[in-house]
Amino acid sequence: MNKTDNKIKKSGLGAKTSRRLGNAVVYIILCIMTVVWLFPFFGIVLESFKTETKMQTAYLIPKEFGFDHYVKLFKETDFLRWFINTAIMGIATAAFQTIFILMMSYTLSRLRFKGRKLLMNFMLILGMFPGFLTMILIYKVFSDLGLTLNMAPLGLIIVYCASSAMGYYISKGFFDTIPKSLDEAARVDGATRFQVFYKVIMPLSKPIVIYTILMGFMAPWGDFMLSSYLIHENSQGMSVAVGMYEWLSKTNMNTHYTMFCAAGVIVAIPVTTIFLLLQRYYVEGVTGGAVKG
Amino acid sequence: MMLMKRLTDLEYLKLNKFQAFLYKLKLFFCAIPAWFVSLGKGIVNFFVKCGLGIKNEFVDIITTFTKGNWAVKLSFLIFGFGNIYYGQFLRGILFLIFEVVFIGYMLVPSGGIYWIKKCNFFQTGQTVGTVQGGFQYDPIYDTDVWVSGDDSVKVLLYALLSVIFIIAFIYTWRLQVKQCRICMNITASGKKVKSGKDDMKSLLDDQFHKTLLSLPVTGILVFTVLPIIYMVLIAFTSYDAKHDGYSNLFSWVGLEHFNELFNFGKGGVGLAFGEILSWTLMWSFFATFTNYFLGMFVAIMINKKGIKFKKLWRTVLVLTIAIPQFVSLLYVSKLFNSSGIIGRLLIEWEWLPESLLATKRSLWDDPVTAKILLVIINIWIGIPHMMLMATGILMNIPDDLYESSKIDGAKVWQQYTKITLPYMLFVTGPYLLTSFVNNLNNFNVIYLLTNGNPLNTEIGTAGGVSVGSTDLLITWLHRMTLGSADTQYYMASVVGIMVFLVVAILSLVVYNVIPSTKNEEDYK
Repeated sequence: MNKTDNKIKKSGLGAKTSRRLGNAVVYIILCIMTVVWLFPFFGIVLESFKTETKMQTAYLIPKEFGFDHYVKLFKETDFLRWFINTAIMGIATAAFQTIFILMMSYTLSRLRFKGRKLLMNFMLILGMFPGFLTMILIYKVFSDLGLTLNMAPLGLIIVYCASSAMGYYISKGFFDTIPKSLDEAARVDGATRFQVFYKVIMPLSKPIVIYTILMGFMAPWGDFMLSSYLIHENSQGMSVAVGMYEWLSKTNMNTHYTMFCAAGVIVAIPVTTIFLLLQRYYVEGVTGGAVKG
Repeated sequence: MMLMKRLTDLEYLKLNKFQAFLYKLKLFFCAIPAWFVSLGKGIVNFFVKCGLGIKNEFVDIITTFTKGNWAVKLSFLIFGFGNIYYGQFLRGILFLIFEVVFIGYMLVPSGGIYWIKKCNFFQTGQTVGTVQGGFQYDPIYDTDVWVSGDDSVKVLLYALLSVIFIIAFIYTWRLQVKQCRICMNITASGKKVKSGKDDMKSLLDDQFHKTLLSLPVTGILVFTVLPIIYMVLIAFTSYDAKHDGYSNLFSWVGLEHFNELFNFGKGGVGLAFGEILSWTLMWSFFATFTNYFLGMFVAIMINKKGIKFKKLWRTVLVLTIAIPQFVSLLYVSKLFNSSGIIGRLLIEWEWLPESLLATKRSLWDDPVTAKILLVIINIWIGIPHMMLMATGILMNIPDDLYESSKIDGAKVWQQYTKITLPYMLFVTGPYLLTSFVNNLNNFNVIYLLTNGNPLNTEIGTAGGVSVGSTDLLITWLHRMTLGSADTQYYMASVVGIMVFLVVAILSLVVYNVIPSTKNEEDYK
């Protein structure tokens, strides 16, 4: 067997055909994967246009196309309210979380001070606790302060941002790659540490800043765990995730299923567009930072 | 500690593959006792260090007192007096304000001491808070009205805050005594001490880390550390839906709930915990490694020479990251329902286990098929992450390695096992660990797909909380704290502490075993 294999490889023609064969197999696998990957997304879009029914059916392609569910979404439900809430949370989280993470990661990467290692180990250990148990206390305190239900978005922004600096790893990994000699040169020229941060490092950090902003913006759209503590009952402060989850509960499923699809499409469009536009930075963040841990 | 003779390089190379493997295995297991010994030594060292540190602090305080002048001595009582005496007005006044606020807070009628007394810290059998609320006859309304007593939740929180305040007080006292002495020494040597203006300036320069860290660290302390300490305390109380602290005070119960963990009888928490823990570990293992290898495989395929539209394939896969999980996962979970499109097809084609087919149920209704389906759908959602990462790493492997191996007659599979895989494993060691831990706590996938269902009928309920057969520890916690009338905060705390222990031990072991954390410089 081995000998014949080698012979095929040695003759130029054989190598070419075998490579072509290999590529064909790869193309087939990739095509199948594409179908599997895209199927649910086509499904949800198609189902959202079904005007003839409100529940799950045995077929995918609508018998009558129409925008009924989309219209209903804005006329009969509070979906717009939820959407705005979540968008506000996304923007605020993106802003504050980025500031916090940059402060923390820059300090840990660039400045040397007493207790630096201790702080890093402390945060590492802290991260091993199941974070959402903190919500037992936070929910109690927030409900006394009036930061739940109608005001839940504000409460959630605080929850998302306050401890966000614990996720400093990826951007610290990025800062570690900027040569230290830049700092030193600036210091020799008489810049304070603040000026080094503001005038030397920040302009170089565009990719990681955008990555952090992107992650902050995406967080509230996908979060269900934390928001389900602060938001319940039908309140003004509902977020899309919690609200739409209710639509698929056993009692609502038969009346809201297609509505869920329509809402899902509307939620997915802006978030996905932003993500795909900034994809390059996401890839940089994931490949650069995650490996260093 | 050597239990086994180490072979020299030459001897090692003489072994055949199987012997070499055995040798490595033996080495690994023989190293375990030594590892525990070094861990023990580390712990002992830590305590010795702490002891020495405390001793040094005391010695330092005493010498400061005996050698200091009257101003230093007075600052043992009046915070910041020494600072002010030596001209550091800003610091001195801040210290003084802190002391005044502290003493004031502790002594006012409903201040620190009041709360700490009320809380009965760790006295088994005592309630948290002392006044039980209840209905009392009110002559004005001529009916029973609710007269609120203490709220245990608040009592415990305020008491905890007061204790933290006391610790901060002691620390600040020590800090200002130290600073006094430094000031004294500086003045004695004829130099000038730093003024308030200098302090402010240095906050943007050599003390810049304090400025940058103040906000994030405060956030972490208030919103993570404090709630976690609180949560740990809850594990020693009886805080649940019935004893919610307001209508019924909860009380200290000692280690009772931890003993529950060892109750392996019917309805015991131990049984359920063991079951869920084993599924959690199994899930995490499968989820991590299927994603890891399949993701790597996909990345290699897309990276293959001669494959066109690389960007397109990647973008298609990345869609599952881009679209919010609750949309995609909820939709997919409904697809497999008995009324969903795929679910119906499976019934029609009779591609289901018979027990399910007979009653026309879906894959989600059987524990085993539900678990398998979970892992499969997790592949769908998880591969893209790994694919992106692997793509970046694969590009770093020098091409000439592959070319020279090709000339030597290596086949694709050999190239993979001898070049690609070792490199990947080396570089992604820490990533594997973090993704394993993330999967242990993968709330979204489980909750959105199955919500922990189907319920585990064999176990039924554990300590009053129902147990789902696809529940991870984290979704079980969610069930306990947000489920329904049987909310059990104390059990959630206990399980939470256990999750911490599992993760901590796992990380500790793995970090000691994988190579990339130890000798990063050695490679190549």
